[in-house]
Amino acid sequence: MRLAEIKEILDAEVVVGEDKLDLEISTAFGADLMSDVLAFARSGCLLITGLSNPQSVRTAYALDIAAIVVCRGKNLSEKFIEIARDLGIPILLTKFIMFETCGRLYREGMKGCIREVFVEDKQRAQ
Amino acid sequence: MPSDEYLEGVFRVTGRDFVDAGLVSSSIKSGLKKKGVPEEIIRRIAVIIFETEINIISYAREGTISYYLLPDSIVIEAKDTGPGIEDIELALQEGYSTADDAIRELGFGAGMGLPNVRKFSDVFEISSEPGKGTCITCVVRFNGIQEKEVE
Repeated sequence: MRLAEIKEILDAEVVVGEDKLDLEISTAFGADLMSDVLAFARSGCLLITGLSNPQSVRTAYALDIAAIVVCRGKNLSEKFIEIARDLGIPILLTKFIMFETCGRLYREGMKGCIREVFVEDKQRAQ
Repeated sequence: MPSDEYLEGVFRVTGRDFVDAGLVSSSIKSGLKKKGVPEEIIRRIAVIIFETEINIISYAREGTISYYLLPDSIVIEAKDTGPGIEDIELALQEGYSTADDAIRELGFGAGMGLPNVRKFSDVFEISSEPGKGTCITCVVRFNGIQEKEVE
């Protein structure tokens, strides 16, 4: 799914990354808890979060996450936007709550970057 | 010959400096990318550093995060002059946390930090003295760097 389609599905505003709308993303991870993102998200996925502080951008950068959708229409600080620009991470802002955001994307074919934590986690650890 | 730049580094971390939390992780990651360390390995290192950084900011007055890049591994050391950890076994359990609201607002403090650090390390050592501080040493191994020109 292209970032441009994600934007349409979520009626989202592109805050950072107008030049990256052709980016292909096929999996996603949704959480407000960054430690869980660090533990379980995979590179190249879309991060759906309601956490609108710079730590979500830095977390995305740590894991090579493709783009971030900030849900629940949060206000984004200048600092947040500046860091996302510096680190080259596209930011979409949607008014949908996280459940709706995930549901709409899933309906259109987006899949979780993993399905169940313990199963795939053990496989990776081996 | 590859440049010596980014082969090692020491970063100072100030307690309760929530604004810049994650900056050390981002900085080291950018440096390691230029050294040709495999991407999957850089991601593990970035997670380890992020979590140790959050720990120092959350609990200690100050600390340092150092890394040393070797031909087939990276050593990360996070030291702080914080309150120390009374019960290390308990602190390593997923879900155990003494975090306050400021930490939780950052998206951390759910008791996943140290378990994450251990999970992403090949070697994980922790020592702590109540009232003095904590020292964590991690090693991540890999099959050699992919030599490339430093940008």
